[in-house]
Amino acid sequence: MSAHAQLLIVLLPLLAAPLAALMRTPDAAWALATAIAWSVLSLALLLLLQVQAEGVLSYAIGGWAAPWGIEYRLDPLGALLQLLLAAVAAAILPWTRQSAARELERARLPGFYAALLLLQAGLLGIVATGDAFNVFVFLEISSLSTYALIAMGRDRRALTAAFRYLILGTLGATFYLIGVGLLYALTGTLNMADLAARLPAVADTRTAHTAVVFVTVGLGLKLAMFPLHAWLPNAYAYAPSAVTALLAATATKVALYVLVRFVWTIFGAEFAFGAIPLAALLGVLAVLGMLIASAVAVRQDEVKRLLAWSSVAQIGYALAGLALASGAGLAAALLHLANHGLMKGALFLALGNIAWRFGNTRLSTLRGLGRAMPWTMAAFVAGGLSLVGVPLTVGFVSKWALLQAALAAGAWWLVGAIALASLLALAYVWRVVEVAYFEASESRDLRCEAPLGLLLPTWLLVLANLWLGIDTRWTLGLAEAAARALAGAGL
Amino acid sequence: MSSLGLYNYWIVIALMMVGLYAVIARGHLVKKLIGLTLFQTAVFFLYISMGFVHGGAAPILSEGVAVYSNPLPHVLILTAIVVGVATTALGLALVVRIREAYGSVDEDELERMDSDA
Repeated sequence: MSAHAQLLIVLLPLLAAPLAALMRTPDAAWALATAIAWSVLSLALLLLLQVQAEGVLSYAIGGWAAPWGIEYRLDPLGALLQLLLAAVAAAILPWTRQSAARELERARLPGFYAALLLLQAGLLGIVATGDAFNVFVFLEISSLSTYALIAMGRDRRALTAAFRYLILGTLGATFYLIGVGLLYALTGTLNMADLAARLPAVADTRTAHTAVVFVTVGLGLKLAMFPLHAWLPNAYAYAPSAVTALLAATATKVALYVLVRFVWTIFGAEFAFGAIPLAALLGVLAVLGMLIASAVAVRQDEVKRLLAWSSVAQIGYALAGLALASGAGLAAALLHLANHGLMKGALFLALGNIAWRFGNTRLSTLRGLGRAMPWTMAAFVAGGLSLVGVPLTVGFVSKWALLQAALAAGAWWLVGAIALASLLALAYVWRVVEVAYFEASESRDLRCEAPLGLLLPTWLLVLANLWLGIDTRWTLGLAEAAARALAGAGL
Repeated sequence: MSSLGLYNYWIVIALMMVGLYAVIARGHLVKKLIGLTLFQTAVFFLYISMGFVHGGAAPILSEGVAVYSNPLPHVLILTAIVVGVATTALGLALVVRIREAYGSVDEDELERMDSDA
């Protein structure tokens, strides 16, 4: 069993998806999806231990050896990402039952859980595979289920948001496909390790440069790199709460993972940052994204949308870490990837609790909620503090790592940008806190806390935020090991 | 080889630009999807052109044939076509639901209705 764990982790949710769709009652579909999510989590833990003990794992699908067959390849970075995906899904799915039952029609629920499982299978597959074309297939599996999931939102604007994401997401994936095609034309291989070995011989061609550009732009669309983020705010704002939480915590992270994989494993840092001014490009876009998206977030009146804009800004932090083109910057970016997943997961679940009670998350709805829903609002505040980067939260850990990497690289522009963006984050979190705690609502001063089934998963993620913010050895060690494996000891 | 000899690739570029232009410039959602499909089809052509080997036969093992075309890109594109069909189907389904919810499939009108609401 453990010999096939690399394949099983993708196969389990993929095979369970049609089963979930066939279930008669929503609860049966939910129970199946939750059981799968927890099995996937145990597999992810198993794989992480295996990677730590044995180094890079390789699995030949159907016994066809790489580079002819499709190889599944798991290194420390992949194991870290799979664990993040599995853990977030395992925390969110128990929460989903009550939230989805209220936000979706009953008849749609089995399909909803099937799409969630497909999304999970696609995301895990992207991380599991060592084949550039296979990444495209899994990217589309996850994207197609995402479009369907977003369209299930209650507001009719969910439909237009899903359509817009479908157009932009497909353009992004097709751009990626063009890039991979050009690489294949140059090297005759699609296996990532094989590509990395053969690319240096042909790196000095216009085709190779074009391929880098196509892959970067395509993935930039999928990971919502500023200014390619146009699909994100509406998609997050109108999707069902559980979908928003899952997407915000995982989907863009996985696209960013693919970018890291291409830049560091396939192109190699020397080529990507030397032959092409990728570092400068990513750096400028990252800083612009951090500042502009944060400034837009401050002006939002719908809290879900506010957090969506904050997500665009947070992606900027991770990109800035990449743009430093150093091992420390990469480690900080990876750390932020995982930590931001935890924060946004917790924040969107807290918002989901509010949506469960009141049906919307407008700022005016939150008036006086500090007293009415104390546990939910406390969770939101904890997540918000993490977003700002207050010490003892995960947000502080990754921002600190990023600052240190920036100082080591002498990138003062980044230090300034981080400080400014953190102030803006403080401003938008404060707006919510002010309304919830310092404005009394005349119509409502009764306690109307969310039920335990919603509160427990929310607080599980919040506690993970705090715990990993205090005890940083584990996550920091994982991120640094992943960065070392990618960048080599020298960088 | 003159650049005209690579006419496949010129067709690919032309189709790709037509498709991309339609996606960006057209307000009608179905026309956007048509553009998207054109754009994807151009990429299919790109892959299939790559697989062609000058003087190569169809990749079926047979006596007396030494040079075969590369079958892998064809197989890849089969997968990509399936993905493309699924995307188009989902896109059209969304257009139907948008039409039901808004009574229009024109992007500008949809935006106007959303900003009024």
